Amino acid sequence: MIGIIDYGVGNVLAFANMYKRMNVPHDVITSEADLTDIERIILPGVGSFDYAMRKLNESGLRNSLDQFVLEDKKPVLGICVGMQMLAESSDEGKLPGLGWVPGSVRKFSPDDAATPIRLPHMGWNNLSTSRDTRLLHELNEDSWFYYLHSYYFVCLDSANELASCNYGIRFSCAINNENIYGVQFHPEKSHEYGAKLLKNFAEI
Amino acid sequence: MLRPRIIPCLLVRNKGLVKTVKFGDGKYVGDPINAVRIFNEKKVDELIVLDIDATPHGSEPDYGMIKKLAAECRMPFCYGGGVSNADQAKKIIGLGVEKVALSAAAVAEPDIITEIARELGSQSVIVVLDVKKKRLGRSYEIWTHNGGRNSGRCPVEFAKLLEQCGVGEIVVNSISNDGVMQGYDLDILKQIRDAVSVPMTALGGAGSISDMRALLKELGVIGAAAGSLFVFKGAYKAVLINYPSEAERESLYAL
Repeated sequence: MIGIIDYGVGNVLAFANMYKRMNVPHDVITSEADLTDIERIILPGVGSFDYAMRKLNESGLRNSLDQFVLEDKKPVLGICVGMQMLAESSDEGKLPGLGWVPGSVRKFSPDDAATPIRLPHMGWNNLSTSRDTRLLHELNEDSWFYYLHSYYFVCLDSANELASCNYGIRFSCAINNENIYGVQFHPEKSHEYGAKLLKNFAEI
Repeated sequence: MLRPRIIPCLLVRNKGLVKTVKFGDGKYVGDPINAVRIFNEKKVDELIVLDIDATPHGSEPDYGMIKKLAAECRMPFCYGGGVSNADQAKKIIGLGVEKVALSAAAVAEPDIITEIARELGSQSVIVVLDVKKKRLGRSYEIWTHNGGRNSGRCPVEFAKLLEQCGVGEIVVNSISNDGVMQGYDLDILKQIRDAVSVPMTALGGAGSISDMRALLKELGVIGAAAGSLFVFKGAYKAVLINYPSEAERESLYAL
């Protein structure tokens, strides 16, 4: 059973609808008790970093999530700001992140970009895989995903990068540290490629 | 490489979809949920839904409808109509909407954008500017309330201000070209594109894929939105939800 964390941030229904169409058992998680029988979780996120962190900290789920991810080592997939929250910190906020994947979150700078960029990075872009992984099975440079962000994850250890994307600069758009995964784009809004990725996650 | 976005824009009035011409004459074109389902099948890049009654009627956004639409949308979803403060914007984002659009409220009080961007992040807050050329001269003005009120503001200068406020995208909607299907107003679009460095979407005037081609050729990677083009078919404007095929889109991406 896949648990979709509902802490008032992110499009929980969109994930639920995707899994419903695939006939993958799933549940919306709002309290610790809901986590029984859950084998893997999705951590959605939209909004600013501090807003999302504050909402998660206030959800009453923090301790049980730490247990689920760090002790029980069950798979977790952070989406968009949910991926950024896996970092230790973000340029966008003051609150500490979850610190589950070594790294920090930085703002795109037009000065660093090889070609002029408009911010936020908004729209459909592809990815280039950095290493073989179940999460990105059968996804490649011809797979298009919807991105909507101004900040990006900087891995401390490049081995944690699963795939990169190009928007003026090359940045990590999919990351992994043991049982912990994150993607910067929105698979729940990326038609067949997003569905493929969510299906892959269900099979990890 | 980032692709340009090809975006159907649907207008809601009395819970039904309408398509206007020059902001008047709303012709009924169907049910919003049905349209979303068809656009899901067509795998559209993004969808904009604007409730054009909310602001002129002074009513709250219809949260029930927004929630239903958001749950149905398999593509990124932008909602606008009747949003006048940060609490409403937060509530709408909480319903599963990716982007919330403001218009009249932002034109009257641009600081609202600053407040929403601070809480929700720039990527979630959009401003739609309804623009029209002045009767005399070459300059343009921003209108609100379905083209019923002239704000007197210059869209180019105002777009710069919005960028400072942290807006995530500016949708430029040409009142004179709305529903006319003879092409976008490239003049004002270029002026605004050159003035700001946030993403932009053009709306108003697309009557064919070649209009979109002309837009993307002139303006580069931006959003190409259209109403009539995606809800009507043929010279007599029969209602038929449609969207360019994969091959047609590839030809636009390759510009």
